[in-house]
Amino acid sequence: MAATMSNVEEIRNRVILGEFDVKNVHTTDFPGNYPGYDDTWHVQKFYKTFRIDLVDLDEDRLEFDMQGVDAAVANAFRRILLAEVPTMAVEKVFIYNNTSIIQDEVLAHRLGLIPIKADPRLFEYRNAGEESGEDEGSEIDTIKLQLKIKCVKNPRATKDSSDPRELYQNHVVYSWDMKWVPIGNQADVFADADIGPVNGDILIAKLRPGQELDIVMHCVKGIGKDHAKFSPVATASYRLLPQITLLERVEGEKAERLKRCFSRGVIDLEDIDGKKVAKVVNSRLDSCSREVLRHDDLKNLVKLGRVRDHFIFTVESTGVLPPDVLFTEAIKVLMAKCQRFLNELDSTDRKCQNQTMK
Amino acid sequence: MAGEDETKRVLQTIQADGADEGCVTFVLHDEDHTLGNALRYMVMKNVDVEFCGYSITHPSESKINFRIQTRGGVPATEPLRKGLKDLSEVCQHVLNTFQARVDEFKAGKEQAME
Repeated sequence: MAATMSNVEEIRNRVILGEFDVKNVHTTDFPGNYPGYDDTWHVQKFYKTFRIDLVDLDEDRLEFDMQGVDAAVANAFRRILLAEVPTMAVEKVFIYNNTSIIQDEVLAHRLGLIPIKADPRLFEYRNAGEESGEDEGSEIDTIKLQLKIKCVKNPRATKDSSDPRELYQNHVVYSWDMKWVPIGNQADVFADADIGPVNGDILIAKLRPGQELDIVMHCVKGIGKDHAKFSPVATASYRLLPQITLLERVEGEKAERLKRCFSRGVIDLEDIDGKKVAKVVNSRLDSCSREVLRHDDLKNLVKLGRVRDHFIFTVESTGVLPPDVLFTEAIKVLMAKCQRFLNELDSTDRKCQNQTMK
Repeated sequence: MAGEDETKRVLQTIQADGADEGCVTFVLHDEDHTLGNALRYMVMKNVDVEFCGYSITHPSESKINFRIQTRGGVPATEPLRKGLKDLSEVCQHVLNTFQARVDEFKAGKEQAME
């Protein structure tokens, strides 16, 4: 069976899932904590232990494994993906006419949440000042969209139909009805990029004959920290790689029950000497429900844990940018943060030097 | 070292003990756990550092108090600078490795489709 780790190795590298609590959660490998271990930061050691393995990548979803970093850094990436990677979203809604039953503010709220397909790296943030008088955004920081739609009765409908799709025209307003209005030189710069909502089939409002919408929207660049509509990910999350260790040989009926306690594909029954013996095949698939700890005769046969520095990241993009680009942008945001404070430290040093030199 | 122009400053230092340059509290403005925890980890990995911790003074204010205490008379800005540089290096390496893997993956996929 699997060899048990020494106690020290276990505290350093594993998070233990107990019946009532989770142990060894905090990182303890700092210099001086363990005699005999050199835990000082050495870049070369990091380069050797760090690895990334891509599991899946398509246009909306990215799944990859990252090993060799600490939870603090992995969490920083996750937090930045959720809240600090900028996108474009509708911010100002100028409602010239709204005779639908959806209230103005509800309509404006819904429009703000629609993801806009425009590369935010090509735009700048709008200046915070002069908000009130500012009616026209400039071409470098604003995207203008228009939604102009009127519902009319369909003259060619049959007398006794009751299907609204037949009776009315334009009675459902979808996001594909939002049209891009280029400002300034945007028509040339973004000639081939079709700027508009990422998904055209988002339902905005429903109308009946006589009701119309005449709306102009300004999209600006923002970050999720300011408003969740600016978040570029549907969600971004990570989990630690589960580790299941069988402490004894489990066979027969117990093995069957053990297999059912875990997610499908985690435990397999091998045939050894005519008996069915349980074996851990793929612990990555386990959802760590700890079901096995609910059975008194099974809970002492298994040790459940997680590998502390192996992160399984899942990034789901809303479609604004491909998910691998989002992750690289998140890394760049963290680098920019560090650089900002390094510059600050250098400038205070220079100021102090100038003062002493005087 | 005290912050001069308080309104625009992103990094202030507060020294409670008289002449001891090794025990300093830095106030980082517009930051939260994202940078705070990651930076704390990198600074703790430094042998010269005796104590390192951060706290968010009030959830309504976006600033963190980042305290470093060193041993051996090392000025506290040294581990801070090294921590920031190391974190930057980690990010650069992650970026390079990730880009390489993505390119490999995409190339592998194209080959599989042909």
